Amino acid sequence: MKQGNYRVLSNRLIAHATWEMVLEGDTGSLKRPGQFVNVQVPGKFLRRPLSVAAWDNATLTLIYKVVGQGTDLLTRCRPADSLNLLCGLGNGFDLSPSGQHPLLVGGGVGLPPLYQLAMDLVKAGKQPHLIMGFGSSDEIFYEDLFRRLISVTVCTVDGSAGIKGFVTQAVPPKGSDYFFACGPSPMLQALCSWLPFSGQLSLEERMGCGFGACMGCSIQTTLGSQRVCKEGPVFAKEVLIW
Amino acid sequence: MNTAVTLCGIRMDNPVMGASGCFGYGVEFAELYDINLLGSFSFKGTTLHPRFGNPCPRIAESNSGMLNAVGLQNPGVRQVIAVELPRMKQFFHKPVMANVSGFSLDEYVQTCALLDAEEQVGWLEVNISCPNVHLGGMSFGTEPAAAAEITRAVKAVCKKPVIIKLTPNVSDIAAIASACEQAGADGISLINTLVALRIDIKTRRPVLANRTGGLSGPAILPVALAMVRKVYEAVSVPIVGMGGVSCVEDVLEMMLAGATAVQVGAANLVEPYICRDIVEDLPRAMARHGIEDLNDIIGGIQY
Ligand SMILES: Cc1cc2nc3c(=O)[nH]c(=O)nc-3n(C[C@H](O)[C@H](O)[C@H](O)COP(=O)(O)OP(=O)(O)OC[C@H]3O[C@@H](n4cnc5c(N)ncnc54)[C@H](O)[C@@H]3O)c2cc1C
Ligand SMILES: Cc1cc2nc3c(=O)[nH]c(=O)nc-3n(C[C@H](O)[C@H](O)[C@H](O)COP(=O)(O)O)c2cc1C
Ligand code: FES
Repeated sequence: MKQGNYRVLSNRLIAHATWEMVLEGDTGSLKRPGQFVNVQVPGKFLRRPLSVAAWDNATLTLIYKVVGQGTDLLTRCRPADSLNLLCGLGNGFDLSPSGQHPLLVGGGVGLPPLYQLAMDLVKAGKQPHLIMGFGSSDEIFYEDLFRRLISVTVCTVDGSAGIKGFVTQAVPPKGSDYFFACGPSPMLQALCSWLPFSGQLSLEERMGCGFGACMGCSIQTTLGSQRVCKEGPVFAKEVLIW
Repeated sequence: MNTAVTLCGIRMDNPVMGASGCFGYGVEFAELYDINLLGSFSFKGTTLHPRFGNPCPRIAESNSGMLNAVGLQNPGVRQVIAVELPRMKQFFHKPVMANVSGFSLDEYVQTCALLDAEEQVGWLEVNISCPNVHLGGMSFGTEPAAAAEITRAVKAVCKKPVIIKLTPNVSDIAAIASACEQAGADGISLINTLVALRIDIKTRRPVLANRTGGLSGPAILPVALAMVRKVYEAVSVPIVGMGGVSCVEDVLEMMLAGATAVQVGAANLVEPYICRDIVEDLPRAMARHGIEDLNDIIGGIQY
C-alpha cells in the first residue's frame, strides 16, 4: 500500500450517474487487476473504496456510480484538483488458475476491475468472453472499449439493450472453463450456482480502513475469517459461504 | 525539551499510543513506518476464546466520525500469545498494552493472568464496556460495584499495572473511576465509544447489522475531554485519554485535561501515518506553545 496525492486529469459522466476519473500519480503499488484504492473525499471522514479500472506507469482510472454523498462530492472534482489515495489495496485477481477461455461477468459498477483484467488476460494469450449486465441501456459504459479487446454479451434487466434479464440469462460460450466476476452480491451468489466451473469473485463490504487494521470488513469463509480489504476483495468460489 | 512521560511506573518516550481496535497487532502500520517511534500501542481487544464478531455491515459513517460494531473479533488469548506476540516482537521492541475483554468475571481473570505472564506486555488495559452475560447483558462498566469487582479480581492475578478502560455510556463516570481506583486500579483509560445509531432512510433499517455501534473520531473529542477532566478531578492514578484525537494539538489538549498518555484510534484508519506525524510534530508544537516538559501540562487546564 502507498499513500499519496493524485492529480485529477479528467472526470466525466460516461453513463447514467456513472463517472470516469483519470488520476495521475504513483501507481507502483498496483500489482494485479482487481486491486482498489481508498479515496479521501474532502468533507467525509471515511475514505471511499473504488476499484482500479485500468492503470499504467503514471495514471490510473476509476469508474464510480453516484449512490450517496461521497460519490456525489467526487463528481465536483475538476482537472488539476488533488485527491489523497491509499493505493494498491487488496489482493486482486490471480490469472494463473484460468484456462484458455475465461468468462468474465460484471454487473454495473462491478465492471471496472474487469477492464484491466481483460487487458491482462489478452496479453497472457487467453481468449476471454465478457457478459456485462446493467439495469437499463442508459447505464451501459465501456462496451466499445471492451469490444475492442474481447467478445461481449450485453444484458439489461429492462430489455432496453441486448438480452433481457440478468447476466444469468446469457449463454456462456462453449468451452468456457473458468470465471472472474464482480458485481452486486445477489448476482455473485447466483453465478456460483449457475456456472459449473471454478472462478474468482470480487466482493464489496463497508470498510473502516481498507488496509487490514480495523476488522470492519471480515467475512466467514471456509478458510476462517477473512478481511475483504486485505485477504480479498477477490476470493475463490470454493471458499465463499453464502 | 522533554516528551517522555511515565505511565504507571513505565517510562514512555512520548505519550502517543495507537488505540485498541484501531491498530491491530501493529503489523499493518509497521509495514508503513517504524512504530517504535510511538510511546506504545494497545492491541486489539482480546478475549479468552476466539470470536468472529458481528455480521457485516460493521462500519457506518457520521459527520467527523464513524460507527463500528466489530464485536471484538479476535483469535482468542492463546492464539494471541502463540502467534501475534512473537510476530510483534520482530518489529516492536517496547512494552505493549494488552487490551482485554470478557463476558464474565472468570473470562477477564483468566485472560489477564495469561497476558500478564507475557514479557512483552507492559500494561493490561481492561475494557469493561462489555455486556456481562451473568448480569442479563448489562455492561460491567456501568455499575461502580461491578467495575470494582472486576478490578479487584484482575488485580489479584496480575503483577503488571492494571488500567481500567471506561465506557462513556454512563451517568456518572467519575463514580465508576473512583470505584476502580479504590479497588486497586493502577490507572484509568477513557473514553471508549459512544452508543450510536444510523438509519438507511431508503430501507428504514439500521445501517449496521448489529443495529447500534460505537461512535468514535473527531466528533467525540470534546465529550472525551470533559470526561477525562471529570475523572482527573476524582482520582489520583494516571489517566490514558482518548476519543477523537487526530493531531498534535488534540494530544496537548487531552494532556491539559488530565491525561498522562494519549491514544489515537479512528484517525489511524483514515490517515495511516497519523501517529507518526503526531510524534514528529510534538517538539515543534511544544516550542510553539512554550512547553519545555510535557509533564508540566498534565491536568494543567486553567479555570
Ligand atoms: C473493494 C471495493 C471496490 C469498489 N469498487 C467500486 C467501483 O469501482 N465503482 C463504484 O462505483 N463503486 C465501487 N465500490 C462501492 C463504493 O465504495 C461505494 O459505492 C461508495 O463507497 C459509496 O459512497 P457514498 O458516500 O456515495 O455512499 P454512502 O451510502 O453515502 O456512503 C456511506 C458509507 O457507506 C459506505 N458504502 C456505501 N455503499 C458501499 C458499498 N457498496 N461498498 C462499500 N462501502 C459502501 C461508504 O464508503 C461510506 O463509508 C467498491 C467497494 C469496495 C468495497
Ligand atoms: C474499529 C474500532 C474497534 C475498536 N475495538 C476496540 C477494542 O477491541 N477494545 C477497546 O477497548 N476499544 C476498542 N475501540 C475503541 C477505541 O480504542 C477508542 O476507545 C475509541 O474509538 C475512541 O477513540 P477514537 O475516537 O480516537 O477512535 C475500537 C474502536 C474502533 C473505531
Ligand atoms: S476495512 Fe479495516 S480491516 Fe478491512
